[in-house]
Amino acid sequence: MSVGLEHYLVLSAVLFCIGLYGALTKRNAVIILMCIELMLNAVNISLVAFSRYVVPTLLTGQVFAIFVMVVAAAEVAVGLAIILAIYRGLTDIDASNINLMKW
Amino acid sequence: MGLAAAYWIMAVVAVLAALGVVFLRNVFRAALSLVLCFITVAGLYITLSADFLAAVQILVYVGAISVLIILAVMMTREVQQGSPANRLKIPAFIVAAVVLGIMIYTVTATSWQVASAAPLAPTTVPLAGKLFSESGFILPVEIAAMLILAAILGAIVIAREK
Repeated sequence: MSVGLEHYLVLSAVLFCIGLYGALTKRNAVIILMCIELMLNAVNISLVAFSRYVVPTLLTGQVFAIFVMVVAAAEVAVGLAIILAIYRGLTDIDASNINLMKW
Repeated sequence: MGLAAAYWIMAVVAVLAALGVVFLRNVFRAALSLVLCFITVAGLYITLSADFLAAVQILVYVGAISVLIILAVMMTREVQQGSPANRLKIPAFIVAAVVLGIMIYTVTATSWQVASAAPLAPTTVPLAGKLFSESGFILPVEIAAMLILAAILGAIVIAREK
């Protein structure tokens, strides 16, 4: 059985939904950030799969994946800095207890 | 044949590692599971003949981002009694399952227009041409550089001791 575009897209959907479930349910802020990374990776897989199977000689999907990686790196740096700042102030990173800006 | 075998191995390991990120009790082990998932994603890029992206995935995700995450796990050591779930467990599971069902249905029901041309073999030179040529993505590349600079400065300012 040869592997085609649908296989990669279904795998990407499965990884995305695992990350979505984790990001919605976890209380540890670091784990939430990890789940978001998981979702970004899933999106990257589908972008590269589209690039490979739909436009094999143009590489447009791979360029998009590179920009997703850039934004993910920026996001994880700022996110972890925010988590460390919160931890320093509250000595807690439980997302259920961080309600300073809750109205 | 070898490609299909590689795909199935990578896919199974990736899904198991992702489940480990969500369901492992120990936060540090969850982080290591995430690293394993990143490595399998790099393998998937190789099966998609995206060699440059696979190298970048190893360097950026396995090398840099995982180190940052593990550092954050260690600096917030005192609070990690497992990774408990909040009250939204069942609604979130329903949402994730519905989204997964919709996505799998649309993916399998659509007839994709797959091109039959062979993929480019080493992608580094064509990718550089795409990114840095005048008719390519040179403006987004410059904006991305500004974004990275701003993000790193912001991270330093936010995380600095007062």
